[in-house]
Amino acid sequence: MLWLKWKRWVTDRFLLLLQETSTGLASVQTKSAASPELVSGLVYFSSPSGNTHRFVERLGLPAERIPPRASEPMLKATQPFVLITPTYADGEGRGAVHKQVIRFLNDAANRTLLRGVIASGNRNFGAFFAYAGTIIAAKCNCPCLYKFELAGTDSDIARVRQGLDLFWKQQLSISQ
Amino acid sequence: MTIHSAIKPVAKAVNWNRLQDEKDLEIWNRLTANFWLPEKVPLSNDIQSWASLKPEEQQLTIRVFTGLTLLDTIQNTVGAPALMADAVTPHEEAVLTNIAFMEAVHARSYSSVFSTLCRTAEVDDAFRWSEENEHLQAKSRLILEEYNATSSPLKKKIASVFLESFLFYSGFYLPMHWSSRAKLTNTADLIRLIIRDEAVHGYYIGYKFQRALERLPEAERAEIKDFAFSLLLDLYGLETHYTEELYDPLGLTEDVKHFLHYNANKALQNLGFEGLFPEAICQVNPAIMASLSPNADENHDFFSGSGSSYVIGKAVATEDEDWDF
Repeated sequence: MLWLKWKRWVTDRFLLLLQETSTGLASVQTKSAASPELVSGLVYFSSPSGNTHRFVERLGLPAERIPPRASEPMLKATQPFVLITPTYADGEGRGAVHKQVIRFLNDAANRTLLRGVIASGNRNFGAFFAYAGTIIAAKCNCPCLYKFELAGTDSDIARVRQGLDLFWKQQLSISQ
Repeated sequence: MTIHSAIKPVAKAVNWNRLQDEKDLEIWNRLTANFWLPEKVPLSNDIQSWASLKPEEQQLTIRVFTGLTLLDTIQNTVGAPALMADAVTPHEEAVLTNIAFMEAVHARSYSSVFSTLCRTAEVDDAFRWSEENEHLQAKSRLILEEYNATSSPLKKKIASVFLESFLFYSGFYLPMHWSSRAKLTNTADLIRLIIRDEAVHGYYIGYKFQRALERLPEAERAEIKDFAFSLLLDLYGLETHYTEELYDPLGLTEDVKHFLHYNANKALQNLGFEGLFPEAICQVNPAIMASLSPNADENHDFFSGSGSSYVIGKAVATEDEDWDF
């Protein structure tokens, strides 16, 4: 595995720099995977390019996937959930939400269980970066919790894990 | 007669109503919706701003844009056409013709900037510089070697994603830097259109790479991944020299390098791989990020709990029957 060797080489080369600046990062990166106290779920969409799928895999939390093709039966949510979705906007922001995500949210039963949205995208799209999150939050009256790029970085993963944990605890305390 | 007609290849018309890969249509639609020409941007509004730059800042800007023109030229005339030969669907070929043409538009755009803002002699000097600059020529050679017809389809795609998603960024940094200081803001608008296109190109070619890679046996997949990381490091080595040479006089080199690391990791993600550079050295100057995506950072980090980040959207009427976005 030559690429792993390169990766170690790069990390070693920048080790000094890392030690100087990573104190803030270290605290979030050590957080372990699934939180047992998590009360609710994740639903995500990912096209065959797989960026969001890889993000959810690394998140290590139970999640259900909206089928990528219209020919497949649509997912039915059974518990409150946070939606993770990529963005497909053109330069004017049109078409930001994938048709399969629209289909899923068009089901009122699914929509009722939606508690928040996390969106991905690419900052190269300027003001429309991860715009699907903005659109869904406005349409469904739920918060856009977080935005990340492509398959996310390690700190994106750490922040979303911690954030979701806290978010569900808050939700629980509101509903009690 | 019958023998001859049996081996005659059948010319096939592209049928967009029969897709083998839905991604082709998705990207075709996105690219055509994003079509633009440099005439759309009022570059002449930057004339005063250009005059406010110091002579060395002007020279740096012209050189950086000449370097970008070279990469666009390569992608227009060699890169995208080379990928066409490996297309697995007729629709992919059509998308690649769009990519090739937009690269020509990008290359042409820099000349619009030059003719609006600069003197002919300065521009001619910069084009001569681009032919003589060893780092610029070396990275072009590395990419062109992989575009060679004998190179594997996968390696061509890797080189292409690195050009689209990594090599441009040592250049893109500068107009974002000027724009963050309220300079050359119309030129920055034009560059943002290019940056947006390159994101789609890198994503699409990276997607086709992943589809081709998953058909290979494990050992070959590992070999290709090693190749990708090695090529990236070779290019990175050249990019650091190029960056130092250009940006040292302005004291911006370290700032640019963070931007390079950040984009190199994104290029690897387009190929379906993990990033190479640790996050601590991918901390891009917030002013550059804001310049790259104006207004994109408002109201989204609910988790950080900072300030007014929690904004529930204004109520929008939602019909169950027709939920039109």
